[in-house]
Amino acid sequence: MMIIQTSALRKCFGKIEAVAGIDMNIEKGEIFGLLGPNGAGKTTTIGMLCTIVRPSSGAASIAGYNVVKEPALVRRQVGIVFQDPTLDTVLTGRENLELHARLYNFPSRIRKERIDQMLELVDLKQRADDITRTYSGGMRRRLELARGLLHRPAVLFLDEPTLGLDPQTRARLWEYIKKTAQAEQTTIVLTTHYMEEAEKVCDRVGIIDHGRIIALDTPQKLKETMGGEMIVVRAEKQPLEKILALPYVSEIRENDGALEIITKEAHRRLPKILSLLKDVHCVEMRVPTLNDVFIKLTGRDIRDDTVDDSGSWVDSVARYRQRGS
Amino acid sequence: MDNGFIRRELMGVYAVWWREFKVFQREKSRIVSSIVQPLMWLFLFGSGIGASVTIGSFAYRDYIYPGILSMLVLFGSVYFGLYIVWDRKLDVLKAILVAPVSRISIFLGKVLGGCTDVILQILVLFSLSFLFPAVNPWGIPLALLLLLITAIGMVSLGLALGSLFESLEGFQVVSAFLIFPLFFLSGALFPITEKLPLWLRGLVKLNPLTYTVDGVRGALLNVNVFPLYVDFLVIIIFAAGMLFLGSVLFSRMK
Repeated sequence: MMIIQTSALRKCFGKIEAVAGIDMNIEKGEIFGLLGPNGAGKTTTIGMLCTIVRPSSGAASIAGYNVVKEPALVRRQVGIVFQDPTLDTVLTGRENLELHARLYNFPSRIRKERIDQMLELVDLKQRADDITRTYSGGMRRRLELARGLLHRPAVLFLDEPTLGLDPQTRARLWEYIKKTAQAEQTTIVLTTHYMEEAEKVCDRVGIIDHGRIIALDTPQKLKETMGGEMIVVRAEKQPLEKILALPYVSEIRENDGALEIITKEAHRRLPKILSLLKDVHCVEMRVPTLNDVFIKLTGRDIRDDTVDDSGSWVDSVARYRQRGS
Repeated sequence: MDNGFIRRELMGVYAVWWREFKVFQREKSRIVSSIVQPLMWLFLFGSGIGASVTIGSFAYRDYIYPGILSMLVLFGSVYFGLYIVWDRKLDVLKAILVAPVSRISIFLGKVLGGCTDVILQILVLFSLSFLFPAVNPWGIPLALLLLLITAIGMVSLGLALGSLFESLEGFQVVSAFLIFPLFFLSGALFPITEKLPLWLRGLVKLNPLTYTVDGVRGALLNVNVFPLYVDFLVIIIFAAGMLFLGSVLFSRMK
């Protein structure tokens, strides 16, 4: 069953086309990742699905409700964890959840039980009655996760949930996200530009660039489109025709001064390939990552574009447009 | 418009009010300072001027007591409303605004929250009314009603302005060009008589707070410039107008 369906969903801000027509179907119960650089249109897409941003054209529905015509019904079906923290830092953790439960008109007789359950799920029971101002970044994120799921939404949106957290906290948060999604049987749609993390968590990913989805599949299938494993070689400049002529080599690219040779069964082909190369400084063999897929599809590294996390999306759009053209 | 709809919206109003009340309980220093300021007006300013000034048969301090109550409502309410600029900056409102509750209900919850804050502060000042011999304690309920209606209007005004401003600089502008003029032109500190220059009298009569001060003074000290029904009429119209304006602007707020 499709829980989210969009067709030609589009959003313009003035002359800038932030989302340029997105068609996607997301199945009930899956963890779906929208991957792309800042300004690719991820947040705007989520905004439209949550009824915060009004689409310029196209249609979208969540759990069968139209986001433009039935926003109130859609809102009851979705939970959101925003990119920027939105906890009420004057209130305690428990009070934040109580406020949320009331706003979503969660039945009062099971409210307390439900709040305790969610606090337990994100391991915040000990700190539940402390003011959230005293929480660490990771704890705040976990509480927001609990809040987003409190009213049993059909879909939980997580916009860059690990942004600004240190790697260790990020890894733990993903554990919580997977755990809660499973416990609550919620469909999760998340955005991130941490490709490695998305790869581990998501059932399917959509790669979005300049407001368009340019690839959509399971991480495994997307990586298979690379046509094999990668042998990354640093060597002096030299002719490569002989290597390219090998039947099992599908592609050779230059990236950041290194040669990336894409081949099937790299571990068996490595000796032959190396024998055809002169002056090799170092060699590395690896399976392609989603980031490699992204580079292949867009011609650039997602990380090149994500230096400035704080930049406004308008700046980002302008920047990417320049680079992309 | 089924029953469920109304219940959900009422729950939303209650949720926002509950949040504001929690914040109010927690920010003790803010409450203390908001009570101390009117006390300074009454006891430092009032006693100082009162040493050489009486108004009619009233000690100056007694005479300005209704005016200072009105001042507390004005300052407390408008600043409470303006505070949403800060809420928005901290993204506190964002999570509330995406809930399945209409903007109007969130707005009303805020208005009720602000009125509760202000009226509780007013009650503290009323508890000190025995220090002002001329004040008739039986007039307190009527005064409270007038102040409550005024608070509804002023919180709405603050929220309306707060939904327009993007930054905190708006605070200064509103203080300088709205709150202080409303206070000084309300007759809170001086009687509205024929002796006032014509331009000043004109401005005073245009100020809705004038009618609050006059009504409260009538209730507590039994001196009126305008009939009580005029006072009520003006502040009810003011409150209704501000509720309307505030809910429109709040609903349009990004």
